[in-house]
Amino acid sequence: MTDPTTTCAVEVTDLTVAYRERPVLWDVDLSVPRGKLLAIMGPNGAGKTTLIKAILGLVPTAAGRVLVHGEPYTANRHLVGYVPQRGSVDWDFPTTVLDVVMMGRYGTLGWLRRPGRRERDQAHVALEKVGMDVFADRQISELSGGQQQRVFLARALVQEAQVYFMDEPFQGVDARTERAIIELLKELRAQDRTVVVVHHDLQTVTEYFDWVTLLNVRRIASGPVEETFTEENLRLAYGGRVEFLQRQAPADPPPTPEDRDHGLGGYGKIRP
Amino acid sequence: MMPELLHDLVADYTLRTVALGSAALGLVAGALGAFAVLRQQSLLGDAVSHAALPGIVLAFMITGTKAPLVLVLGAAIAGWVASLLIMLVVRTTRLKTDTALGLMLSVFFGLGMLLMSVIQRSAGAGQAGLETFLFGQAAALVGDDLVTMAVLGGVVLVVLAGLWKEFKLLSFDAAFAGALGLPVRVLDVALTTLLVIAIVIGLQTVGVVLMSALIVAPAAAARQWTDKLGRLVLLAGGFGALSGLVGAVISSSVPRLPTGPTIILVITAITVLSLLAAPRRGVLAAWWRRWQQRRELQTDRVLADLYRLAAQHDEPARAAHQVDVLQTMSPRAGVRRSLAQLAGRGLAVEQDDGQWRLTRQGVGAGREVVDRGGPDGRDPAGRDRGDSDGGDSDGDHRPDPGGAR
Repeated sequence: MTDPTTTCAVEVTDLTVAYRERPVLWDVDLSVPRGKLLAIMGPNGAGKTTLIKAILGLVPTAAGRVLVHGEPYTANRHLVGYVPQRGSVDWDFPTTVLDVVMMGRYGTLGWLRRPGRRERDQAHVALEKVGMDVFADRQISELSGGQQQRVFLARALVQEAQVYFMDEPFQGVDARTERAIIELLKELRAQDRTVVVVHHDLQTVTEYFDWVTLLNVRRIASGPVEETFTEENLRLAYGGRVEFLQRQAPADPPPTPEDRDHGLGGYGKIRP
Repeated sequence: MMPELLHDLVADYTLRTVALGSAALGLVAGALGAFAVLRQQSLLGDAVSHAALPGIVLAFMITGTKAPLVLVLGAAIAGWVASLLIMLVVRTTRLKTDTALGLMLSVFFGLGMLLMSVIQRSAGAGQAGLETFLFGQAAALVGDDLVTMAVLGGVVLVVLAGLWKEFKLLSFDAAFAGALGLPVRVLDVALTTLLVIAIVIGLQTVGVVLMSALIVAPAAAARQWTDKLGRLVLLAGGFGALSGLVGAVISSSVPRLPTGPTIILVITAITVLSLLAAPRRGVLAAWWRRWQQRRELQTDRVLADLYRLAAQHDEPARAAHQVDVLQTMSPRAGVRRSLAQLAGRGLAVEQDDGQWRLTRQGVGAGREVVDRGGPDGRDPAGRDRGDSDGGDSDGDHRPDPGGAR
């Protein structure tokens, strides 16, 4: 193993993703130090979701290398947890909250093995942490948006990962849930874990995060919030719209359907 | 009639074979269909079963035999190739899934019909019987077919059970499965292959045209009754098996009733019944809930009216009112029924003179409803301010003192 104090949690080099000849991500370099909360920000179609999916090997990449804790991602996959966008699954699927949370253990459980008492206990602990244990036996179709998000977080918690990737965990949740989630993220950071979050709200960046990466197909800037989250960088990432964005209270318009479509289709709307 | 049928089922070799075969294919098709429906691939079954036709004909053309295993193998290969082509088209072109499905279905089925007419012209009598694959011919099932179906179906169910949690996660959240390191693409192909096998073992009995109903209908019916994946799959398999069995028995007891279509009619009946009568998701249950809600709303409204009237007196629990008054306050009927309900709950009582008043409990409950502002917040409150305060409340007032005395 490499020296844990010097290696980054995540190190991305030259990552390029193309979708029918259009670059969605171009030559992105990114290094995330351990124990930080990092926000990935950028306009719709900037490739935020695609960046996460490319790091996790969920979309084909044209070029690039991803290291997690100093080793290639595929070797250290067990260190990584994932919270996909809430809207990416069918919440009418016939299953319970507890069952969904236990899915976080499927990766380490191995073939032919069913989740048992140990997995159930872990799931209950995680549900407790997100304040959802009373809902353990609830049908997932009966959950509100905020509750769905908490269930996804609990599922990621049972992965017991060192590095978490979360795709818009604050999307469409109420203020109370948002506070609960950010408390949870801070707790993870206190345990020296790293959390990478696709984030939309410009207002809360300085309050919630240590590091920020501004993205618009290319990496515009990346570093500690106080150095990186400047008006000039924002203008570079968001184009001329940034002042408008800063004045408006929830800073970003809700993502269009194209944006959700792997964050690929929205590329055409970028006005550099 | 019933005991006779049961006797036939055990004693009659043909009926027994057909019934067992139909039940087996219903079981396997139902169980695999549950996954297809959950993954929103209901039409995949239709495409695969139609696409199997050229495989059947080609298998016959190449080998010259009509042995069930050979034809089923041909069907499976063609169905499998079609499903892989569908996945490929969706992944590599801009075509959406429904377009790719429709495309493969018609291309393969057309090819099958073409090949069939070719061999009909050239091969003479040898090809006879292949067209039964269009609508199926269960009566032709023999012991050998049954063994083939049982073995293939058994393998499918064993694999399904073995990869249960992987298939569940793949169906619910494939991206998360990929992030966990599960081989999503391999699992996808595996699950589709199981579906293809489930379909081809039914083709001889039900036929390529109707087979997709046995994939989709049991799952649709089962979904109405349960919210758990395990039970859903068991129930879908059970519905499929039941319709196979019942369909076979019915068609054997009525002359010239073809088995395949009868099976489909049975599963359709089960599905319609489930859509209507299932306790939570059923149409009737939804109607019942809405009706009850409306009744409760009506009762609350009468309760609120009684409370408002009573609140104008010093001793609310003493003030009584005529039914007519309440009817003018909520003219939409059902006042008497609502009063009876309130009486049943101990909230209101009818006096000897036919007037109604709230009990102590009723006063509390009425206050709660009014404070909540719920159903009556909008409607009667508006009326209170408009009509009642002016003309109506005078009208309300006058009979009250008289009634109370």
